[in-house]
Amino acid sequence: MSVLLIAEHDNSKLKPFTLNAITAASKIDGDVHVLVAGANCESVTKEAASVPLVKKVLWCDSPNYQNYLPENLAPLVTKTAKKYDHIVASANTFGKNFMPRVAAALDISQISDIIKVSSPDTFIRPIYAGNAFATVKSNDKKKCVTIRPTSFDPAEKSGGSAQVEKIEAVDVPNTSKFIKREETKSERPELGTARIVVSGGRGLESGENFKLITDIADKLNAAVGASRAAVDAGYISNDHQVGQTGKVVVPDLYIAVGISGAIQHLAGMKESKIIVAINKDGEAPIFSVADYGLEADLFKALPEFLAELNKLNTIQK
Amino acid sequence: MKILVAVKRVIDYNVQIRVKEDGSGVHTDNVKMSTNPPDDNAVEESVKLKESGKVKEVVAISIGEDKAQETIRKALAVGADKGIHVKADNYIEPLGIAKILKKIVEKEKPDMVFLGKQAIDDDCNQTGQMLAAMLNWPQATFTSKVNLKEKSVEIVREIDEGLETIEVNLPAVVSCDLRLNEPRFASLPNIMKAKKKPMEQINAKDLGVDLTNRIQQIKVEEPPKRKAGIKVANVAELVSKLKNEAKVL
Repeated sequence: MSVLLIAEHDNSKLKPFTLNAITAASKIDGDVHVLVAGANCESVTKEAASVPLVKKVLWCDSPNYQNYLPENLAPLVTKTAKKYDHIVASANTFGKNFMPRVAAALDISQISDIIKVSSPDTFIRPIYAGNAFATVKSNDKKKCVTIRPTSFDPAEKSGGSAQVEKIEAVDVPNTSKFIKREETKSERPELGTARIVVSGGRGLESGENFKLITDIADKLNAAVGASRAAVDAGYISNDHQVGQTGKVVVPDLYIAVGISGAIQHLAGMKESKIIVAINKDGEAPIFSVADYGLEADLFKALPEFLAELNKLNTIQK
Repeated sequence: MKILVAVKRVIDYNVQIRVKEDGSGVHTDNVKMSTNPPDDNAVEESVKLKESGKVKEVVAISIGEDKAQETIRKALAVGADKGIHVKADNYIEPLGIAKILKKIVEKEKPDMVFLGKQAIDDDCNQTGQMLAAMLNWPQATFTSKVNLKEKSVEIVREIDEGLETIEVNLPAVVSCDLRLNEPRFASLPNIMKAKKKPMEQINAKDLGVDLTNRIQQIKVEEPPKRKAGIKVANVAELVSKLKNEAKVL
């Protein structure tokens, strides 16, 4: 049978990680169907239908799905799931929120945050903040799986023409209400998909000093990350946090500045291709994962770094 | 109002875990254990709500072997009123844990269940949401702010894009983020007093729920090791290496 993938979107566009999830879904079974549930989200269905790996799009339009409240979304997914063997979503705050509700309703033991599909019932997932990889096999008839988006390449976006089928909304319990969403707007690339990430930690000592980080990020067209310590201290907002309970990033270049490298932070960045650590404490654990370590006072090193970058004129956008 | 707060005993967050050579799991013998960090936030928030007068009783529950009682005692020492230990010697998946919690909720009839958003051992991030679905309750996950009203609770939750505010009717399940509050430490007198607080013991087997695990762990292995890096002498060398050797600039 087929895979049902729940699309993440903002009612006008697909969120980029949905494309990574589609790739993962296609490794489970080639017959990938995408459920687009939202309000006035026809444009999203068109976008999903043009992804060549997608064989069919199910479209459910209702104001009840506008803000993806899990109490509303999960019953729709549960009902739709009847015809499928696998139900798949991204393991981000979107998928993590509703998928366990679907699994519970179907009496399925969910497999969270997979990084590899070994076979349609066997997956690899990190445990203990990525310090161990577990190979797990699901013995449930149906499987609920969330996938770590950064472990799969995004699917090709155009060239497909999947059929779009409208489906009926289901009753909602009216037990939850959306009030507001405060999204951090930024001109910079998204943290999860950026080619370069520049992250700051407690070593920055204040929110104002984060300008040293953002200046470098702007020069490199990079996203800005942070350790939990920096977010807890209020230097920067939570959506920048990289780590076990924040975001997992796998950029080509990760620059960790003033970050000691707690296990929980390493969990979010140690798969990056090249890691640079700048820290005045030469014994900091971050150096154990760094390809290039610079033991230096960041307040001296960062302005120098920016000056050196300004000398280069080959920064790739 | 009454809160049931669920706590899990896990390998301490500071311990560098070691994978067993035979691939059967990770070493847990003689390893420091403690409360799952966001569960501490769940306990703290429950106790704060009690101190504010909005909540009358806080019941702490843990599921696991006898030593899980240490985790409950810690919750009692910072202000929970009563403990429930559901004894289970084998690993139970979040689905089974949620089924156990559902049974306890039916008996204790709390207005809210608080728990950590994720356990730092299996990193599943499922139990709260599963419990809410089984009870047909609303949920608030990744909570960083709680505003308890008479018949509902307004929650600020941390999402990938920033922050989201929702309001859910009671009863509800609230899964807590690390930024919700600063968990307090138990004072010695309170640790002593906690020993006298009631602790109910129940056998998981006696609850009449299906706890069969559905997921077979085939093997556990170390992740691929990173190649050892080098230290550079100065910024100029760093930039030169990034440009010419790593070719990322």
